[in-house]
Order: sequence, then structure tokens, then C-alpha cells
Amino acid sequence: MPQQVVRLGIAFAVLAIVFMAARQALVPDTFGETGHYRAAAVDSIAAYPLQYAGHDACAVCHRPIAEKKSDSNHSGVSCEVCHGPAADHAAAPGSVKPPAPRERGFCPMCHGYNASRPSGFPQIDPVAHNPTVPCMTCHDPHAPEPPVIPGACRACHGQIASQKGVSHHATLPCLTCHEAPDEHKATPRLIRPGKPDTRDFCGGCHAEAAVSPSHIPRIDMSTHGDGYLCWQCHYPHHPGTE
Amino acid sequence: MQGYIYPNEFELRWSLLIVLYPYLTGLVAGAFILASLARVFNVKEVEPTYRLALLTALAFLIVAPLPLLAHLGHPERSYEIFLTPNRKSAMAMFGFVYAWYLMVVLLLEIWFDYRRDFVLRAREATGPLKWIYYALTLGSTDLSDRALGFDDKAGRWITIIGIPSAFLLHGYVGFIFGSVKANPWWSSVLMPVVFLFSAIVSGIALVLIIYIVATLFRGKQVDMACADKLATFLFYAMVVDFSLEMLDFIHRLYESEESIEILSQLIEGRLFVSLIVLQMVLGTLVPLISLGVVSPALSWRGTRKVPAEVRRLIYLGCALLVQVGIFSIRWNVVIGGQLFSKSLRGLTVYKAELLGVEGLLMAGAFVILPFIILWLLVKIMPPWAENEIPTSPEA
Amino acid sequence: MASPADGRDWESRETCEPVDRRDFLWEALKASLGVPIALSVVRVPELCGMQEESDAGAERIYGMGIDIRKCIGCGRCAQACKNENDVPDEPYFFNTWVERYVIRSDGEIVVDSPNGGIDGFPPYKEEGGTLRTFFVPKLCNHCEEAPCVQVCPVGATFITDDGAVLVDEEYCIGCGYCVQACPYGARWFDPVKHVARKCTFCYHRLAKGKVPACVEVCPTSARLFGNVGHRANPLAHFLRFNEIQVLKPHLNTKPKVFYANLDGEVR
Repeated sequence: MPQQVVRLGIAFAVLAIVFMAARQALVPDTFGETGHYRAAAVDSIAAYPLQYAGHDACAVCHRPIAEKKSDSNHSGVSCEVCHGPAADHAAAPGSVKPPAPRERGFCPMCHGYNASRPSGFPQIDPVAHNPTVPCMTCHDPHAPEPPVIPGACRACHGQIASQKGVSHHATLPCLTCHEAPDEHKATPRLIRPGKPDTRDFCGGCHAEAAVSPSHIPRIDMSTHGDGYLCWQCHYPHHPGTE
Repeated sequence: MQGYIYPNEFELRWSLLIVLYPYLTGLVAGAFILASLARVFNVKEVEPTYRLALLTALAFLIVAPLPLLAHLGHPERSYEIFLTPNRKSAMAMFGFVYAWYLMVVLLLEIWFDYRRDFVLRAREATGPLKWIYYALTLGSTDLSDRALGFDDKAGRWITIIGIPSAFLLHGYVGFIFGSVKANPWWSSVLMPVVFLFSAIVSGIALVLIIYIVATLFRGKQVDMACADKLATFLFYAMVVDFSLEMLDFIHRLYESEESIEILSQLIEGRLFVSLIVLQMVLGTLVPLISLGVVSPALSWRGTRKVPAEVRRLIYLGCALLVQVGIFSIRWNVVIGGQLFSKSLRGLTVYKAELLGVEGLLMAGAFVILPFIILWLLVKIMPPWAENEIPTSPEA
Repeated sequence: MASPADGRDWESRETCEPVDRRDFLWEALKASLGVPIALSVVRVPELCGMQEESDAGAERIYGMGIDIRKCIGCGRCAQACKNENDVPDEPYFFNTWVERYVIRSDGEIVVDSPNGGIDGFPPYKEEGGTLRTFFVPKLCNHCEEAPCVQVCPVGATFITDDGAVLVDEEYCIGCGYCVQACPYGARWFDPVKHVARKCTFCYHRLAKGKVPACVEVCPTSARLFGNVGHRANPLAHFLRFNEIQVLKPHLNTKPKVFYANLDGEVR
């Protein structure tokens, strides 16, 4: 055999042995056990920590809310959609508290009008819909129902009804402010409904001393508005606008 | 950005360095195939470039995987490609194809070709150089006629193995791109063939440049018969390459699949300069026409009209343009293939950075490095005919 | 919600499916090379199209169903995924994201996905009127014939026994070939870990008996998760009573994310 072949043979044999030895030493232990990959990788991926605990975990402690929600329009909405990832809270309920979004910007992420959303899904225009009031004031997020908007006068007063329907005063029956005798329905132009005519009428809800729910804005009747009548500045059917 | 791209497509994963990789391997394959012309097909005229082509191939082959390595997210894990190659992956074979080509083809052929030189130099040299040359012989110092005859025969056989191997090396690079069915710009059966012929074009052009420039620097006369022959082969290879590219282009246009709209936008917009101007016009048509007129490719008489000095200059200019053109091909494939969204609804942009691992400077370094290695190789193993050492029995 | 852990009931047609052509070619190639033992033993039952019932019963293949008509584009899935899977906040790394399609009356198709839909979708300024418009949640399709797994040179990405396509972050060399090979743009390159990342179907959650985070938080149940081989679960019901499409079926990747009511323009 030529000398060259012998010498090259030795060189290649050395390389081959080094390669085989390196291969033996370096291929990970679990490689190829279940396929062409490191079987141990599956276990290490499976061991990643959780961030979202899952709705079942919440229901363990928050049973009344979970039950209330399960019968509502939000039955399919998991707690952590709004309250954020809560695995840490589930692990240490005392020390970690998940947030509860109350600001107006949150709910329109789902319920703000968007032309691409499926028709039939409840949507509002966040600008016109009862401006500045947190959604929770009228809607219980754990059992949301569209608020009942009184519709008795809508047949004739449609424009006012639709305006009021998206205002702070949406849920107030018309008769809260107006006196409308039954005859008004039969002869609307002869028998006119009454209108409040004093500042104190509005003060019944909005005065500082008034007995009314706390979310209603209050003013100091003695200094606010310089003695003008309320409806000279505030339109009662859409009080958000001035 | 224009239209819609998938959010994850914002960052181009394969950058300038990945453009370099097929460019450099293409030069290797092309230079080797040129060398094989002299060795196997007995094209006597190109013999002056035989050894130079081999050394060029080696210098570029050493550098070729470096941009790849630099581009990896975890270069320190690159050895895994040898340990656990995924036999279904087009890229997994890279390590083996590369190793085969380097160890079994190129190094062996050079070794057999230079063994006599190594032995003689080891005898003449003194100091550490003596030991370096001796180490290069691997201790095989037999210079009998029989042994030298074996060297020659072995070298010839290795070249014969080497030709399909060179085809494999670069056709394979083309396959890495051509087999990506997710990408309509890449996915094409012609991709490996186009890569191969553009490799041959670029390799011949590179050796032509190095040969002319090095000869001038050495103050020697350029062997015009050799230069003419190289230019002729360059012309033929370019005709085939250009035809294949046109075939691919026309095929796409005629089939007009759903991707045609976005690809047209790509060509008319983002790739206009690099594809139409650089690749097609400057890199292909201008050199093709010049070579057709000046070189003896089309008619032997054509060359007579042009003085050797001018011809030489035109060859050099053409070869340089060809390099620009071939680099543009690689750019248009690698970067172009990532400029449009796989949603086929939008285009994105690529801006090469100047500094950093994937920057222009780094890329420039990878282009210069093979020339430094080649210079070293030429110093240790002169490829020129006049350096031939006469066998002196008394030494 | 589908319980991902119980997969006891395979439909019989699944068990006697003929051998996949590509697998067959591989096997044939191996056999013709004369090295069947060296590469891997030819699985005889597979070649015969037989599979033992007992084996089949234990199998579990994860999949997801998405009902386009239920998606309201709130982007909670994309946000939850980022929270759950340690995905960078930048708007170009997503395991899942929501696209908005607007098909205008003039035939023009406008698609967008600002920050993956996490911050909502600004009103679309209508030009020429809108014909149809809808949202499309996207994620890794966990393809049965995953091109990304095919191209990985070192075996750092793989399909688990239960059909999830995962990345071994300790083994990935970061070549990016899988990013190129994915037709759906579902893979991204982690700028910190320097490896390829993607949706795992929240594999760590499945291991603990939970559904993926995106499914957990989807307020309209537009996403369903479960065992595609199981006959009695919500996903099976979904697959049975809807007209189902997958994305880019011509690429033969065999996705396991199934869309109901998907528009033909989506890709």
C-alpha cells in the first residue's frame, strides 16, 4: 500500500475516533428517547410556572360571586379576563391582590362599538354613552344586564327618550321630574305635563345634604350657579352636556 | 412598511451575513470546477490557474461558515449539528457536506498536488518552517516515481469525485432556500441549479480577477491564451445561468400563482435597484455582451481586433461586474425573500446596520478575510509555474 | 371547557388510516439503503395500516377550534399570552395575535393588527364602503406536518406525543431556519434568549390540567381547546357541527387549529 494512503488513513482514523468520542460524550442523555429531540425538554417546558390560575381556582374561595356570574350574561367570561393573571393571588390570597378595573376605559375593550365585531354583540359608543360615569354604576360586571330604561313616553317623545337613554339620567322614569296626569295621554295638547320650576327640585338629589346614592354628583346649592336655574346650564335629559 | 405583514415578520431573521454565506460557498464551488477543467477535462490553456483556483477555493471555504456561525443565536451550540443532525432537515447536512468537501475533496486534492513540494521544501528550509512543511507532508516523504505517479492518479480521481461534490456543495445551498415551501420567492426546483451555475460564473470570474491582478503585481506577463479561455468559459457559464434565471422568471410569470401580485410589487419597488439594475443589467447583460464581442467565445477572429491590453482590462471589468451581479443575486434571494409578508399582503424593509455582529463592517471583514488567507496560502504554497522546484537527488 | 387530559376514545377511522406517503418513502429509502436497523426499525403495524386498539385509546392529540363569528377582537388572548409566557412587550413578538379584516365594496382587502390587537382596533376610516369585516385570531397551528420541525437542523424543535410543537430552548442553536419555514409567521426570535420561540399551546398549563391562557381568557368562547381525537368534548362538537377550514391548506401542513366561519380571503 502506498505510503500516502497509510499516512492519510492514520490522520482520518484519528479524526474519526475523536469525532465518535466527542459524540458519545456530548449528546444529551435523553436525546432520542421519544423522537429526534431531548425528551427532558418536554418536562422542563411542562414545569414552567403558571400565571393564570383558571376560573375553577377562583371559584374555590369566591363561590357566591362565581355562582352569581355563572347564571349571568358573563357566565363564559373567566374571572381573570378582567382581574388579570391571578396565580400568585391563588397561592397567597392574603398578600397578593389582583386588580379590579373600575375605570370607564376597560369595558369598551369588549363593548365599545367596532364595525368588525359580530352583530348582536352588545356594544356602545363610549363617547356618547352616559359620559364619565364608571360602567359599574349602572352595570354589575358579575351579572351584567342592560339597565331598564323606562319607555312609557317613548312613543311620542322618541328623541328625548333616546337622548336620555344614554345619559346619566337613563334609568330615571319620566315621572320622577314630570307630573303627567292620565288625561295627558288622551289629549296631550290640552292637558300638559308639569315641569319642576325650582333649584331645590334638582337639589333633592344633588344638594350636599340630599339623601341619595353616593355616586350622584353633589354641589353646594348656596354658591353653585350664581342663582341661575339648573336647566339654564344643564340639560336634564342629557346632563353630561352643558 | 407597506400593506400588512404578520407582526412577527417585522424583524428580518436572516441578515447580510446570510447573504455572504451562499456568495462565498458559490465562489468555492466555482473555483473548484474551474480547477477541474484543467485536471479532468485537460483544458491545457487554463493550467496556469489550476493551483491558484484550488487555493482560492480553500481560502474561501475556510471563511464560508464563519458568517453563518456569527449569525447563530448560540454559536457555542453549533457542534450539535454534528451530534444530532435531523435527517429530515435540509440544513442538518450542512456540517457533513462541508466536512466532506473540505476534508475529502479540497484538502486531499491540494495535499496530493503539493506533497512533492512540501517534501522538497521541508528538505531545503531551516528552522520552524522546516517542521511546518514536514508536518504538512504527514510524514509521507516518498518521492519515488511510483509514489509521485500515485499522487497524480489519486489527485485526478479526487477531482472526479470533487466535481459532483462541488455541485452538491452549492446545489445544496440552493436547496436550503428552494425547499422552503412557505416562501414563494424561494420555493422553486430550479433554485439549486440556478445557484450552481451562478456559483460557477462567480468562481471563474473570481479566479480571473485574482489571476490578472496577482500577475500584474508580480510584474509578470498575463498568459492571454489562459485569460481568453477563462473569459470564454465565463461567457458560456453566464449564458446557461442567465437562461435558467429567465426560465425561472418566465415560469413564475406564466403560472401567475397567488403570490405573483406581491412579488411584482417586490421587484418593481424594493428590489428594483438590486435586481433589475445590478443583477440583470450591470451584472449580467453588460458583461455578457462585452465578453461576447471581445472574447473568443463566439468567434475566434473577434479577439484579434482588440489589443491584448484592452482585452485584459475588459475581462477584468467584466469579472468585477459579474461579482457585483452575483452578490446581488444572493442579496435578492436572501433579503428579497424576507421583504414580503407570508400573508402576501405587504412589504417590509431591511436596513443593514453599520456596526455590530451583523453589520456592514463585519460583512466587509468576512469578504476581506479569504483574501488574507489566500495571500498566506500563496506564501506557503506558491501556485505559480516558475516556483516549480526541480527534483534534486542530492538535496 | 374541554378537559385536555382525557383522551380515551379514538374514532376508528383514525386507527386504520393508511401509512403517510412521505413516511412510506422514508421507510422505503431506508430499506433500500440496506440500513433499516441503523436508522430506525421499520414499524410493521404502521406499514400494514394496523394499529392496536389499546395503543390508540391512550393517544391524545391537542387541537384548537376558533369560531370567527364569535371573536370580538378584544385582544385579551394576545395580552394573556404575553403575561403567561414571558413574551417581550414589543409589538413584534407574538405567540398569538388578532387580525382585523376589512373587505371593501370595491374588492380591496385591508388587514391590520396594531400591537397584535392588544390595545384594540381604531375605527376603520371607510373608503368606498365596507362589504364584510371581521376579526381573525392567529397562533401557531401546531401542524401535524410541521415545516418548522422538518427544517430544524439539530432537533431542537419537535412534535410531542400529544401533538404540540415545542422548542427546546436549551438546545436551539438560533439559526432561524424554522422562522423562515413557518408559513404562518407564528415563530419569532427571542431577542434576550437568542432562540426561536412560539406558541406552546401553554404546554405547562396542560400539564397542570388547565387550558391555554388565550382560551381561558376568551370572553366569548371563540376559542375552544381539546383533544381532536376525542368524540365527546366541546371541540369534537365544534368540529362536527361547523364547516371547518384551516389556514393555507395547499401547503399540506395539516394544521390542528381549526377555523369555523372563516372567510376565503384570510391567509
